[in-house]
Amino acid sequence: MNDVYVVAVGLAGVMGAILGGALPVSSRVGAAVALTWVSCAAALGAAVTVLSSDHVITLSTSAILPLTGVTITLDPLGAIFVIPISIVAMASTFYWLGYAGHGLSSRSASSAMPLFVTSMLLVPFAASVATFLVLWEMMALTSLVLVLTDQSRREAARSAAQWYAVMTHAGAAAILLALVLLSAHAGGQTFSDIEAHARHLSSAVRGTVFVLALLGFGSKAGAVPLHVWLPKAHAEAPGPASALMSGAMVNLGIYGIVLVGNRLLGGGPVWWWLLVSVLGVMSALYGALYAATSSDLKRLLAYSTSDNMGLILIALGASGLFGASGHPTTAAIAMVAALLLMVNHSVFKGALFLAAGAVQVATGTRDLDRLGGLMRRMPVTGIVFLVGALSVAVLPPFNGFIGEWLLLQGLLHGLPTSNTWVVISISAAVATLALTGGLTVAAFVKATGIGFLGRPRSDEATAAHEVAITMRVGAGALAALCLVLGLVPMLVLPAIERAAASARQVNASSVTSGWVSLHLLGLRGVLAPSLLAAGLASAALVVIVIRRIAHRRRNAWPAVNPVEPWGSGRKLQTARMQYTATSFGEPLLRVFDDVIRPSRDLDVSHLVESRYYIERIAYRTSNDDVIERHFYRPFIAGVRWWGQRARSLQNGSVRRYLAYGFVALVIVLVAVT
Amino acid sequence: MNQFAHFMTQVLVAVVQVFAVAVGGPLLLGLMRKVRSRLEGRVGAPIHQPLLDVRKLFAKQRMRPRESSWVFGAAPVVLVATVVAVAAVSPLATTHPPLGQSSDFFAVVFVLLLGSVVLALGALDTGTAFGGMGSSRSMTIGALCEPALLVAILAMAISARTSNLPALVRVGLAHPAVIASPARILALSSFLVVILAESGRLPVDNPSTHLELTMIHEAMVLEYSGADLGLIIVGESMRLVFLLGLLVNLLVPWGVAERPGVLFFCVGLFALLAKVAVAGVMIAIFEVFTAKMRLFRLPELLAGGFVLALLGAVTAVVAR
Repeated sequence: MNDVYVVAVGLAGVMGAILGGALPVSSRVGAAVALTWVSCAAALGAAVTVLSSDHVITLSTSAILPLTGVTITLDPLGAIFVIPISIVAMASTFYWLGYAGHGLSSRSASSAMPLFVTSMLLVPFAASVATFLVLWEMMALTSLVLVLTDQSRREAARSAAQWYAVMTHAGAAAILLALVLLSAHAGGQTFSDIEAHARHLSSAVRGTVFVLALLGFGSKAGAVPLHVWLPKAHAEAPGPASALMSGAMVNLGIYGIVLVGNRLLGGGPVWWWLLVSVLGVMSALYGALYAATSSDLKRLLAYSTSDNMGLILIALGASGLFGASGHPTTAAIAMVAALLLMVNHSVFKGALFLAAGAVQVATGTRDLDRLGGLMRRMPVTGIVFLVGALSVAVLPPFNGFIGEWLLLQGLLHGLPTSNTWVVISISAAVATLALTGGLTVAAFVKATGIGFLGRPRSDEATAAHEVAITMRVGAGALAALCLVLGLVPMLVLPAIERAAASARQVNASSVTSGWVSLHLLGLRGVLAPSLLAAGLASAALVVIVIRRIAHRRRNAWPAVNPVEPWGSGRKLQTARMQYTATSFGEPLLRVFDDVIRPSRDLDVSHLVESRYYIERIAYRTSNDDVIERHFYRPFIAGVRWWGQRARSLQNGSVRRYLAYGFVALVIVLVAVT
Repeated sequence: MNQFAHFMTQVLVAVVQVFAVAVGGPLLLGLMRKVRSRLEGRVGAPIHQPLLDVRKLFAKQRMRPRESSWVFGAAPVVLVATVVAVAAVSPLATTHPPLGQSSDFFAVVFVLLLGSVVLALGALDTGTAFGGMGSSRSMTIGALCEPALLVAILAMAISARTSNLPALVRVGLAHPAVIASPARILALSSFLVVILAESGRLPVDNPSTHLELTMIHEAMVLEYSGADLGLIIVGESMRLVFLLGLLVNLLVPWGVAERPGVLFFCVGLFALLAKVAVAGVMIAIFEVFTAKMRLFRLPELLAGGFVLALLGAVTAVVAR
């Protein structure tokens, strides 16, 4: 019976792709969205079935893929990844209905979008190496098509797609190697075979497989230093696609690490998890730092994705470390925290990217230094962005806070019981967590304050209007979910605990309880998010009433009177006098000068008549990715240099090519014998 | 009936705590200004002058910059609401505050952070250079404060095995040795650095300056007037009293009510006010002899605070 769900997910996706490619422009987006919704609903149904019962959905057929066949299994771990993907996909595709008129209604895009969503939904269903890799590749290719949507208009989109294509395939190669190695040694390509045999493999093989998988999946999750494609591709992809990539696709990188590390290999020694933690610390710090100093709205959001994936990796690493040193309770809390952070990140990052897409539609730019004053012009989009920003800045009463709190509790209770290495790495993790938290707050105050508040900094921003109703509803639904999950985390926590138990291969044990106040079972930690929110709301109400009473009693002037702000005695104040995103981030840029090493360039040209008068000052500053500049660029230049050298081998002479073939054959024969 | 009486007592405790913080805040400002004036050889305004100022401000007209949105008006309300919410449930006068079980140190810190963030957004909403300047600087300082603050809390929480605030205070009462432990001393000194930075006191920010190039906090609130400005003054001073109240209760918890009862609660309340007043006077004396630091020297101070906290956390782990 439950097989119907799986078939429906796949079939609806394929139908959507066909209709999206075949129908005329007036109806193709509508059809694609409708079928994507069917696909999402079916996947959601399957996930809820799995999570609410101990039933596991399995399906196996040899009809689709030749040689290997398709094996499908949905267990609680996969189901918890399906849920946020389908929610973000439903919101983003609904949003797409309004966005389509702004350059996202081509045949290729309408056909790629349903396939992209469906392949993402089906990746957690895959239960054999071949099925997994095919779906993984389909996800990469369809998203690549979506990144390329704007390539005819923007050079940057083309270059972003190139980076994405190369990095995602390098990652896929690492994953392929890891899984093939694993299945070769385990003697079977279905995940259940691998699971049964993986424990008896030599530690060298297990370690190699884990490191390869970590690299491959880490690059998909945007872990530093494999992140370079992410700020480019996520920024250049059109609105709904970028929300899907940043809100849903990156999760699958985390899924892959949990799948290989926890499920297939069944956990590992301390050094694996130290590696995961180090990767997480690097991603979190680096992402937060670049988010705080970036002035491109979507690039900022993309770096913040790296940052959040880093936090999830820290939680995963902590869970592994506690588990390896024999502390199941704290290991379970850290795993639950990792999955909760993942779910929360999907929701608020989806909302933020959809709001950023709306800003791009309304103003034609993503440059924060050209925005401003949008809260008055686009009130709904503004509120959605504000809610998302407060969530990502882990402020109560929004959902980001709950995950962060849970992670802090896990680290706090796990710390005293561990060995020296674990203590050192966990202390570093806490310090990272704290510093990234502060930087993220600064980054999102900047994004909201410069982008949406104050006075508009360009004509485009002045002329901005609120976007279509479907776009507002799609983004608003995710923002509302941020608040709901922040008030009642128990809506998802039981499901997450079941998934965490399945990932750590222990019997389902409850970690948290309580609908109103969240208790950590077995430890002293209680949080009452809804009471906190109620307290805040009633306090605000009291303050407003007091302010009104004081006013009414005292005078008869209008309560609020709009005036020109104070300009140090000047009458004229222009929008250019405001702080920009660049100036807002400048103090932080200066504090972290040694890390980011921005390039600054100051040109002062004097008047010809007198050197005491200045004609023009040009100040340029750029903080492009330092890892890209110092590692990837030299590497690319090196490859190009070797390519140039290799060209001299080719001079068009057929005789010479035959000689190459002969020499190669001789070498092979010698090597074989 | 018994349950109802219990509920009403809890509400009363919350209201009294909030009221004490709300009135104590402006009074503490007045006290600190008075101490400063006397040390500088001036008579100074009376201690209750800030309360009079706030009353005057509440009678004045509120104005807002032309291009601002609803965020500008909401910021002072949210600022005060955050402090009110945490003051109601924190162990200030008693170790059994209402909802004390869920009064978590991390939650309290993040709620207060919400107030600062909304105020920084309100400053950006003015659309002036001053607002942006203050907002950018205060967010920079906030970003550098947060590591020190969180690790300091962690250091205290590790030795108490919980981040629950009342429990942290009770541990100090039950085992005075915990307070003298290096972990807690290091963590509390880091906490003090953060309090000074977050509430805009010297050497981070000069609360009595309006010089464009140096001001941080005053630049943020430059456009506020009338009741909004009054709310901001109350909110900021409440925050200072609240944070100092937590600090003194973690450092010298004696006097705080451990048992239910009106008498115990009153003693706890007076002990709290006396301890906070002493702390305020000490800060005021310190401020007389201190010059404001350059903005770009601040990371050194805050990094120092962070290192103290980290040392505290490490000693807490080692000591176990």
